[in-house]
This record gives sequence, structure tokens and C-alpha cells, in this order.
Amino acid sequence: MSALDFSPAPGAAPAPRRVLSHALTETRLLVRNGEQLLLALVIPVAILVIGRFVGGRFGQIGTLAPSVLALAVWSSSFTSVAIATGFERRYGVLERLAATPLGRRGLLAGKATAVALIVTAQLVLLSLVAAALGWRPEFSVLSAAAALVAVLLAIATFCCLALILAGTLQAEATLALANLIYLAFVAGGALVIPVTSYPAVLQPVLRLLPTAALGEMLRAGSLGQLPWWPIPVLAIWLLVSSLVVSRVFRWTS
Amino acid sequence: MPSRDADALVVDDLVVSFGGRPALDRLTLAAAPGELTALLGPNGAGKTTLLRCCTGLLRPSSGTVRVLGGAAGTADAATRVGSMPQSTGAWSGITPAELLRYLAGLYAHPLDVAALSRRLGLDAFARTPYRRLSGGQQQAVNLAGALVGRPELVFLDEPTAGMDPHARHATWSLLRDLRSAGVTVVLTTHAMDEAQVLADYVFIVDRGVVAVEGTVAELTGSGQTLEQVFLANTEGAAPR
Repeated sequence: MSALDFSPAPGAAPAPRRVLSHALTETRLLVRNGEQLLLALVIPVAILVIGRFVGGRFGQIGTLAPSVLALAVWSSSFTSVAIATGFERRYGVLERLAATPLGRRGLLAGKATAVALIVTAQLVLLSLVAAALGWRPEFSVLSAAAALVAVLLAIATFCCLALILAGTLQAEATLALANLIYLAFVAGGALVIPVTSYPAVLQPVLRLLPTAALGEMLRAGSLGQLPWWPIPVLAIWLLVSSLVVSRVFRWTS
Repeated sequence: MPSRDADALVVDDLVVSFGGRPALDRLTLAAAPGELTALLGPNGAGKTTLLRCCTGLLRPSSGTVRVLGGAAGTADAATRVGSMPQSTGAWSGITPAELLRYLAGLYAHPLDVAALSRRLGLDAFARTPYRRLSGGQQQAVNLAGALVGRPELVFLDEPTAGMDPHARHATWSLLRDLRSAGVTVVLTTHAMDEAQVLADYVFIVDRGVVAVEGTVAELTGSGQTLEQVFLANTEGAAPR
């Protein structure tokens, strides 16, 4: 039997270490999860490859590649976060960690860092695949900066929307609804299909969606264009969704 | 209950309601430093709700909770308190070794993870995903997680539920060591024998209030067993 010294010696590790430790743990768990990898990489790569050779509504590689990058941001920041957090809440992970030195803010910061790590890896890998398939983006400095801002705003917005679901519904309901919303916005949210491909009557409404804002910003940005509306739309969604999540999120099931 | 200004935990007139139904109804209790305090009560008595208030996860409608002299749920309290929730408390795909290393990394002076794992008998399944562990093995991992930060006060929600007799007795031995080391332990349990052999002080909670309290000797002084005292002072839910 070991001589463990149980005498109290409480103290918190430095905050950056706590957050990084949490982010790396979540990232490792996601990389091991087959379903999450399917969402994060396999489906986007499949769309890139099929779209490149079949074309259709997704358009040519110049339109398809930024659309798939938007899809990757959507899947990792919304669907994956909603499902994972729903089950973390169900399994008491949130309850346990909120009562450690990591705390609620650290938990959210760690989660955001994990999403940022995963999305960065996705965007790099998918961009390389797209380049191998012939994608030659024409970003200007300004359009690249705007695209980056849009991606960051979209990640934060989608995470807030995910936490609204995961923090209010049962885990199974979150799983079902997150997948349903994922598919609904892929098909009808102007995320991977340009707004101009939808009926004219729907286009003004679609431009109010965060998915459309991200998709259009990446598509236009990769052509060196700078539409004015995506960033304000995403900023408003972030403001509203962050206010809602701070009011409705429950840490326990 | 004696007056306990220096208590590790002071709960005063606590009220928590869910959908208009009171889960805690002006509950008042305290836990002395360095002692093991047991909360007994039937399902739905409010024990888990109380522990969630003590770790700051639930905000009471009224009343106060003081943890180690400060408010519940602050960063200071989270550093000084260990918590073992009743539900599983871990990601399904993580291994015990990974979970404990991760939790240890949140603290400045954690226990040695290898030694703690040996003490709790976790080595045999240290690399098995959490979802594949038995209920008792999961409990042992959760207990280790509550202790790894060397807390002054630990809240343990049914720490031996699902454990086999060997594991239960090993856990009891560990809880005694914690108390000897000066750690304040507050645990909930349905096991009367557990409270009987471990607790310095017992609160029997029913329908959100303390029905009766005292040392085991005081509660059983009239010749009743602790279980008889429990049954006489609680109503619980009738089986359907």
C-alpha cells in the first residue's frame, strides 16, 4: 500500500495551463470518435471529390471549395459541439468540471480552443485537398481578412447555438435535432449552395442566416470580392445567441 | 445541532424549488472540519440538490450556503473543494488514466496519479474506456477524481453505490484516511452500515428538510438500529 499524503494542499494550476489541458483532452477525444471524424473530414472530402467530378448544384471547384470549408466550420462548431456537450451534460462531465479550478469560464474557453484547433486542422487539410483537385483561390489581403473574421464570428455563433440546444434539451433530443438542423442548413441554408441558386423570393431571407453569411463570405472572399453584409449578419447572430445562451444554458441534466 | 461558526460547511434555511415543487424546504445543517458527515435520505429527499448548491451548480431561491468560510461556487471554493457527482462524471471514451492525468493538471499540488490509482485499485482498468467500466469501477474513478486535487473538503454523492464488498471496504478505509489527514468529508448514502461505521455526524433528510440528526450513538441510543431510525423518520416514495 502506498503512503499517499491526503493532507489538504489545494491550489489551482495557472489558468492558461488549465484551458490548454482541457482543449487538448477534448481534441484527443474527438479525433478518436469515428462519427465526429465523419462529420469533420470524411463528408466534406467526399463532397469535394464528388462535386469536382460531377459538378451539379455545387458548381465548379472555385465555388465548391469555399463552400466545403464553410461546411466544415458548420459541422465542427455546431453539430459536433451540440452533440458532445449534450452528452457531457447528461454524463455529469459539466457538473464535475464546473466544480474544479477549470470552472465554467475555463470550460467554455477550453471548449472554444478545442473547436478552434479542430477547425484550423480541418481548413488546412480541406484546402490542401481542394488545391490538389485544382482550386486556385484569388484572395486579396482585404477579402482574406474579412473571410477570417467571418470564420471566427461563425465559430463563436455556431458554438452559442449549439450550447443553446445542448444546455436546454435532453442529450438524445440534442443529438437528433443537431443532425436535423445540420442537414437542413446544408440543403437550405445557403451554406454550400450559393444564395443565387435559390428562388429569387427566398434570397433576401437566406441572406439573414448565419450559414449563408459564412458561405457567401468565403465564396466571394476566395474570388477577391468583399460583400458588405455577411460580417454584420454574423455579428448580430453572435450578439443574440450569446445573450440567449447565457440565460438558458443549464449545467446539470 | 451545536453552534458551529468555524464549520467547513454551513447551510442555512436553504430553499430550492423545481417547477413550483420544493426540493429543499428551509434546510439547515452544518459539517464540522475534519469530520465525516453523512446525509441519509430516501430517493428524492433533496440530497443531490443540496450537494449541487454546495458546489455552486444550483442557485437556491433563498437561504445561504457557506463553504470553507466563503460563498459556494467561487473560484476559491472550486480550488479547495473536491466533488464526486452521482452521475458518471466522465467522457464515455476517456480512460481512467487519461481522466486522472487531466484532472491532476488542473491543480497546483495534485496527488501522485499513479499512487492514487494503485490505492483505489484502478491499475487493472486504467486504459479501458470509461463506458466499458462496471458501475463500481466508474465510482472508483470518480472518487479518485474528487481527491486528486488534495481538497480540504470533499462532497461525495453515493460514493460506494455499485461497488462490490471488497471495493466498498477499501473505500471506507480510504475515507477514514482522508479524515485522519484532516479532510472534511460530506457524503450521501443509502447504506446504513456505511453511515454507521464511518460517520461522525448524521443528518437524515426527508422531503427537503432535516428530519433528525445526531451522532450514530445518539440516534441509536434508544436501542433502535440506524435503519429503524431512518424508516421511522422518513416517508420516501411508495413502490408502484
